[in-house]
Formats: sequence, structure tokens, C-alpha cells
Amino acid sequence: MAPAFHKAHKHVEFFLQQLVNGITLGGVYALVALGYTMVYGIIQLINFAHGEIFAAGGYMGVILISWLVSQGYPPFICLSVALVLAMGYCALLAMAVEKLAYKPLRSSSRLSVLLSALGMSIFLQNGLMLTQGVYDRAYPGEMVQGGFEIGGAVISYMQIVIVGITVLLLVGLNILVFKTRIGKAMRATAQDKTMSALVGINSSRIISLTFAIGAALACAAGIMVGMYYGSVRYDMGFVPGVKAFSAAVLGGIGNITGAMLGGLIIGMIEVFAAGYISSEYKDVFAFIILIGVLYFMPTGIMGENVDDTRV
Amino acid sequence: MTTPASRKLWLGYAVAMLWFFVLLWPLLGITPEGLEFATSFGIWSKVAVAAAIILALWQLKQRGVFGFVSRPVEALSDSLGKATGVVPTWVWLSLVLAGALAFPLLTERYAHDVAISVLVYVCLGLGLNVVVGMAGLLDLGYIAFYGVGAYTYALLSVHYGLSFWLCLPIAGTFSAIAGCIIGYPTLRMRGDYLAIVTLGFGEIVRIVLNNWMSLTNGPNGILGVKPPGTYWWSDGKIDHIWLGSLEQFYYVILALAVCTVIAVYRLNNSRIGRAFEAVREDQTAAELMGVNTLRIKLLAYALGAIFGGLAGAFFAARMRFVSPESFTFIESAMVLAMVVLGGMGSIPGVILGALALIALPEVFRGFELYRMFVFGGVMALMMLFRPKGLWPAKRMGARSEERD
Repeated sequence: MAPAFHKAHKHVEFFLQQLVNGITLGGVYALVALGYTMVYGIIQLINFAHGEIFAAGGYMGVILISWLVSQGYPPFICLSVALVLAMGYCALLAMAVEKLAYKPLRSSSRLSVLLSALGMSIFLQNGLMLTQGVYDRAYPGEMVQGGFEIGGAVISYMQIVIVGITVLLLVGLNILVFKTRIGKAMRATAQDKTMSALVGINSSRIISLTFAIGAALACAAGIMVGMYYGSVRYDMGFVPGVKAFSAAVLGGIGNITGAMLGGLIIGMIEVFAAGYISSEYKDVFAFIILIGVLYFMPTGIMGENVDDTRV
Repeated sequence: MTTPASRKLWLGYAVAMLWFFVLLWPLLGITPEGLEFATSFGIWSKVAVAAAIILALWQLKQRGVFGFVSRPVEALSDSLGKATGVVPTWVWLSLVLAGALAFPLLTERYAHDVAISVLVYVCLGLGLNVVVGMAGLLDLGYIAFYGVGAYTYALLSVHYGLSFWLCLPIAGTFSAIAGCIIGYPTLRMRGDYLAIVTLGFGEIVRIVLNNWMSLTNGPNGILGVKPPGTYWWSDGKIDHIWLGSLEQFYYVILALAVCTVIAVYRLNNSRIGRAFEAVREDQTAAELMGVNTLRIKLLAYALGAIFGGLAGAFFAARMRFVSPESFTFIESAMVLAMVVLGGMGSIPGVILGALALIALPEVFRGFELYRMFVFGGVMALMMLFRPKGLWPAKRMGARSEERD
């Protein structure tokens, strides 16, 4: 999975390499985890369809980038235009899912909404399969190539791009949530829907917006995973979805900073466990962490009730 | 004709269809060769027309236009209901059982194969029903127990040559132990956390089966599992025979399914079953009434796991082969879909659900690819329009419908 895995033989080099890979992967998990945590914070729902939004993002990326490349645009334009368009697409998709499958169930039991979310997840995954085929779809190879070496660890430009976009999106999200009126409305709705409605906040619009933002972030993550590994598949959303959810729980569900931190930790643990313990079982560690956290520390690292940072 | 309400409805329809096109077109229309509209427009127009017809019919129904049809139909179904109520339940049950027993004599091999799958899923559905329907614990990793049961029998049969009938209780026991191991750390969690953790455990079991080469032979699976054997008259003396043909398998799984139905029915009306329901409806109140909630939940988990394990052992014997591929998350989702579709907590509902989800797709074999697509959609739609399922359980409290 790591592009320059075999070059690093010595311990330090190996460690550094894993660190770089871990940061890359962790950033991606953080982006997906934010969608889970924001939605959970606002309507207490595990949005199973979120992993599929991530996959849809990966597909939109491959579709748009292939098209733009075939039109002869330079890589930088292709990447940024595709990123923006795909994020818009996923936001619309998530809002449609929310309107159809979650909104009418707002007053029914939690089990019903959860099952509806599961149904939507299966529906979207198979919708992707039907429209895009069952086989992997490759990203155009010539997007971002090359890399450089620091202390024996190879950092590809792709990783720089991924980490750069991730940081940009995370900073943007923080500004949106903590510095703007919309963000204030989101935090208010998460704390108390009735009271925020009384002061004139349209809670259903805010919920819709939360889904849209979460989906846009997941979409960016999907595109970056697609570029990093070189291809996308219709069922690529399931396992990263569960891992990102573990990250959200680890950070303290409902907490934005926690989700970022949790994503980073889960990504690191996965890469290091794959490198030092066993790569066959690398998917197991995220689940074990999830179970361990829920058992011993159910509120996560940042805690559920840090009011100010909750969405 | 154009009341404000209907105008709003059609405006919503227009927006939704526009939205749908925006979501559909990029998936089908943007290719490196250029932009293309015909394919997506074709699909879109079909969906739009279908949605328009449904909306129009619904609007007419709201106005009572179909009163002349629905009133006599309702009257008929009422009187039919009364008429069937006169016949005692045991008559119905024995009719169904007689039908099931005669089934292999009346049908082809292919139908036997489908019927065997249906019955396996009936067992699985009923087992999951104990956990989800009766005790109200959402389990998304149920197929793990099916896998544990299947591998237990496969390993014991291949390495030690133990008989199916001996392994059946062993497989049940192992599954129950697995259920307790998985259940114990998860049961103190809230409902939706439980869902994701059970999902995680289900995946862990599959990954372990896939990678523990020395025990499970990894993705290649285990070959040469023996079918069940029995002693039977042949040539005038009692002899040991293997139950290897499809009809024989059918009767074995029918017996297993009937036992499961009886067990779940008895459980439902027992003290423990009531305790399950009490925990489902209101955990705090149940605890106050003296129900040991943690123990009861663990018991629900273990019991559900046993049924899954028994079905798994049969599955291994039937396929003569096990591999981790049979125990993916999609299988869990499918069993769950059966329980939800049929009606949580309802035995006839689960059987109906298994029939609908396994037998019905066989009828529409040409649409095999669309199977899971339709499953997902139906699951969400059921929650919107008929959350209690096709054949709702009689004893479902008011509270479980409220938000907790």
C-alpha cells in the first residue's frame, strides 16, 4: 500500500516512512470522520450512507478528471475543478439522501432511522455498481508524479498534495464552524433544537447543510484515496467508513477537533500496525480500537460534552 | 384541481426530478470521449413518468376516487379474515406443514435448491429475530455466528470425521460462546453504538477466517465436508447412508427450521421472552421490575447465536465446502432486511421475509444485478411507510415506536 515501501530497510527510515504514510492516511480518515461526527452531533444518527458518499466522491473524481484530461487541460486545473465540482455533487447527493430517507423519520424510533440509513447505504453502493460497473476504475496516471527524499523517507508529491488539501479543508471547516453565523447556528442546533428554533434558526435547513458539508469533505477524501491508490471500486466506501466512524468515536463523537485527532490516530495506528505487526490484520486494529474506546472510554478523547466545540 | 396543497406537491416533484437528473447524469453522461445525454435521459424519463403516475394515483386516492374499489375490497378482506379466524390455528399450521413436506415430491431440483436456501435463511432470520425483534438489540454482524457454526462443523468433520448430528450441538455451543464473547463488551453500549461494534466484530471474524491459514486454509476454504448421515432400511437390513441428495437435504433443513420455529415460539411466550421484550421497551423499567438486564441481553445474544450456528453447520454440510466469502457484511444486511421486511418480533413475518427476499429474486432471475439495489431501496421505503413490517408482531409495545 505504501508507494515506496520496499526502499526503506533501516529502522529509522522505515519509521519515518510509516509516519509520512500515516499522516497521509490519517488526514483522509479525519475528513471522512468529520461527516460522521457532525451528523451524529446534530441528529444522533450513524449515517451509514456516508461511506458510500465517499465512494461516490472517488468516482466523480475519476469521471471528471478523465474528462478534463481528455479535453487537454493542465493537471492543476483538472484536479482543482474536479475537486470543486465533485464536492458540489456529493453535497447534493447527501442532501437528497437526507430529504428522502432521514427527514421523514425524524420523529420515529432510532432503530428505524438506522435501518433506513443502512438501506440507503446498500442502495447507493449498488447504484454505483450498476452505473459504473463492478471492476476497478483507474485514475489517469499522469496527474501528480515524482517525489523527494528526507532522511531516507520518500515523500511523493501526491502525498504533499493530499496533506495540503486536507489541511486547507480542515482549516476552512474550522473557520466555517467557529467564526461564521452559519457555524454558530449549527452549534446552536446541535446543542438544543427547540431553543435554536425559538430564536429563529431554521433547523431543517441547518441539518441539510450539515449533511452537505460532511459529504463535501468525504468526497474530497474519496478523490484523494482514489488518486493515492490509483483506482476506485464501487464498494470502496465500506471499510474506510467504519474506520472513520471509529475515528469519530475515538475523538469523542460530535466533536470536530476530536474527529480530526481521531482520524489522524487511526490512520497512524493502521499504518504502523501494518508495518510492525501484521499487514493481513491491519483492518482489525481499527475495530479493536473502536471496541476498546467504547468499552473503557465511551466519551472519547475530547469528551462528548465539551459544549463549545460540538456540532 | 389546483389546490395549494397539490400545487406544492407538483412543485416538489419538479424540483426532485431536476435534482435526480443532476445526480444521475454525471455518473452516466461524462466520459473521456465526450458528453452524452441519451442514456441518462432515457433512464431519467422512465423514473419521472413512474413517479408522476404514482403521485397522481396517490392524489386521487386522497380524494377518495377509488372508494368504489377499496370499499368492497375492504369488506371482502374483513369477512375473509373472520372466516379464517373460525378455523383453528392448528389446522392452518398442519396445512402449511403438509405443504412443506409434500413440496419435494411436486417440484424440480431447482426448486429444491431454492427451498433449501429459503429455509436456511428462515433459521437465520428467526435467530436474528430473537436479538433484534425480541430484545431490540441491533446486530449488524450476525453472519459471524453463521460462520462460526459452519467452520466448527467443517473442521470437526474434515479433521476428526465427526458426524453431523454430533456436531450440531457442538456448533451451537461454539456459536453461543462466540456470542457471549462478542456480546459481553458490547452490551453496555447504547443501541446505535452496538450496531457499529457488532458490525466491526462481524468483520473481525471474517478477516480472521480469511487470514488464519493454518486453521481455516484462508480464502481457499475447506473442502470435503461430509453430508449428514443416518441409519435407514436398505435391502432388508438397517444400514448407514449419507443424506447427500437435494431432497434429503431439504428434509433435514425443514426439520431444523421447524425446530427453530417451535423454539422461538416457546421462547416468545416464556418468562425469558417477556424479559427480552421488557428490556426492549424500557430498560430502566425492566430493571426496576427485577430483570437482570445485562444477563438477559447476553442471553438474547447467545440464543440468537445458537440458531445462527445451527444453520451454519447445515450450510457447511449442504455445500460440502466453506470459505470466508460466504460470511460478508452483505449477508448480515440481507438477514436483517428479512427481519425488518417481515416484521420485527414476528415469526410468520420473518418466514414471509425470507420467502420474499430469497424466492422472489429467483423468479426474476433476469434482474439478478438489481437485487441488492432493490433490497436497499425497499429497506428504506419500509421504514418510511410500514415500519412494523409486512406481518407485524402482535405484541409490540407503543414505546418502541417512540424515540428513545
